Amino acid sequence: MDFSRRTLLKSAAGAASACLLAGGATLVGPAAQARPAQALRPPGALREEAFLAACVRCGLCVRDCPPQNLKLAAWGDGLSRGVAIGSPYFEARSIPCEMCEHIPCVKACPTGALDPALRDITKARMGVAVLIDHENCLNYLGLRCDVCYRVCPVIDKAITLEKVSNPRSDRHAMLLPTVHAEACTGCGKCEKSCVLEEAAIKVVPAHIARGAPGAHYRMGWEQKNQADRPRFEKPVQNLPQHPAPGEIAPLRGGQNPYPDANKEKAR
Amino acid sequence: MNAVSPPVAAAVAQTASSAAAIVRKGWWRAQRFLLLRRASQVSILVLFLLGPLAGIWIVKGNLSSSMTLGVLPLTDPFILAQSLAAGHLPAVSALTGAAIIVLFYALVGGRVFCGWVCPVNAVTDTAGWLRRKLRLTGGRSPDSSLRYWLLGAVLLASLVTGRMVWESVNPVSLTHRAILFGGMAAWGGALTVFLFDLLIAPRGWCGHVCPMGAAYGLIGTKSLIRVSAQHQSRCNDCADCYAVCPEPQVIVAPLKGKDGSGPVILDAACTNCGRCIDVCGPDVFVFTHRFDNRKD
Repeated sequence: MDFSRRTLLKSAAGAASACLLAGGATLVGPAAQARPAQALRPPGALREEAFLAACVRCGLCVRDCPPQNLKLAAWGDGLSRGVAIGSPYFEARSIPCEMCEHIPCVKACPTGALDPALRDITKARMGVAVLIDHENCLNYLGLRCDVCYRVCPVIDKAITLEKVSNPRSDRHAMLLPTVHAEACTGCGKCEKSCVLEEAAIKVVPAHIARGAPGAHYRMGWEQKNQADRPRFEKPVQNLPQHPAPGEIAPLRGGQNPYPDANKEKAR
Repeated sequence: MNAVSPPVAAAVAQTASSAAAIVRKGWWRAQRFLLLRRASQVSILVLFLLGPLAGIWIVKGNLSSSMTLGVLPLTDPFILAQSLAAGHLPAVSALTGAAIIVLFYALVGGRVFCGWVCPVNAVTDTAGWLRRKLRLTGGRSPDSSLRYWLLGAVLLASLVTGRMVWESVNPVSLTHRAILFGGMAAWGGALTVFLFDLLIAPRGWCGHVCPMGAAYGLIGTKSLIRVSAQHQSRCNDCADCYAVCPEPQVIVAPLKGKDGSGPVILDAACTNCGRCIDVCGPDVFVFTHRFDNRKD
């Protein structure tokens, strides 16, 4: 080995420049948390930190995506600015995931950045739909839009319509689109089809969409939480046979709200 | 002079600096390896482009990882090494692809990738040609050990950050992806390399900085196919080969038999581009295998 001062200095300069260049390259790449909420990863994508370590940005998933909704992030255009350059993403509002049965994008991925363990597309978790602006949602306004519910590929599981009374008319129902995160794949069909000019329901990454109760919280009414806990017989309640006079007002139309109580009175 | 496209420009550059060789050996023999290399670079690009442009999907993906005819996976080993360093164990397809690439380049010469495949080669060749044309003599290249340091630093940074550090700036993958998938801003990578080579460091990028080239160099350390200064007695010291070689330091010892060197150019930095074979009027150089120590 040549250990002259000249070679040592040259190597030191090389090493120092290398560290500067590698450090600079590290700073150029956006951090995992920099990904914009509306840039969704393809089905089966590992969580963002692991995905950035795994995806070689070859675009094979993009090529095999039948609706061609996947894009490789490039510098400078809109959303993709915060997405690691060259990595695949889609925007639900432009083209949602079609949830192909055979999941060609996952099959195309050579590295496993899209997890090959994903065999059932309904198990994909690309994000979670959130009715993010209920104030403008037509169903919340009392109309029957229902479009997000109708287009949902996991209809009645990921989105249900929950019937509640409309307080403004007192006699109509509101059917509120309600997302159940455990069944939502984040495909974005609901966001794409929302009839408003700006979607009231949006798909965002799960870490943004979801809260998490503390581990010590117990939903005592759930079967699995009732093991080994003392149980009490329900106390016997002795309610009065007759309603107290004036307690239940008749409806505006004049009908008695409780026909049974009516019978009691007649007797 | 008329405006010419980069590959043509580089070809013209070659023609200019090898005018003597053309006179002596004829048009084809004085630049066949240059033309073959350009043909190789262009046809690989065309294979990739046939899919997106014409719907003929022979090769999908890009140089980072590709799938040919649905059966042959190929993955860049340097990029996969970053992924491994970042803490991901790639799936079988990528590992197979990288193994095939490593085996291939270990056989034919690691930096054959740089000279015959890499899209940045046309960029740096054009910068080199323009440098000669404009007689730009200033600038200094960093020490050529930088690329190996950088290779190590990139892998270390990937290990620390858990991300593929070089892939945010790698001009090779940025350029190739920009050609195939669009994205104008990624051309900034190629432009930076061009200006760096033109104004700051002569033959700076490929020969001194690029860690991807360094990785391929390491892969091909013991490669079978090599250039040999087999007919070194014919050398008339015109120095055309030094002028044209992207890594001129590799030629000296084998050509002159210094330090007991045999005639075969064994340095891992040699890209097997064959330019020395082209420009050499007296035909000193030949392609051969590494154990062929014949000389005259």
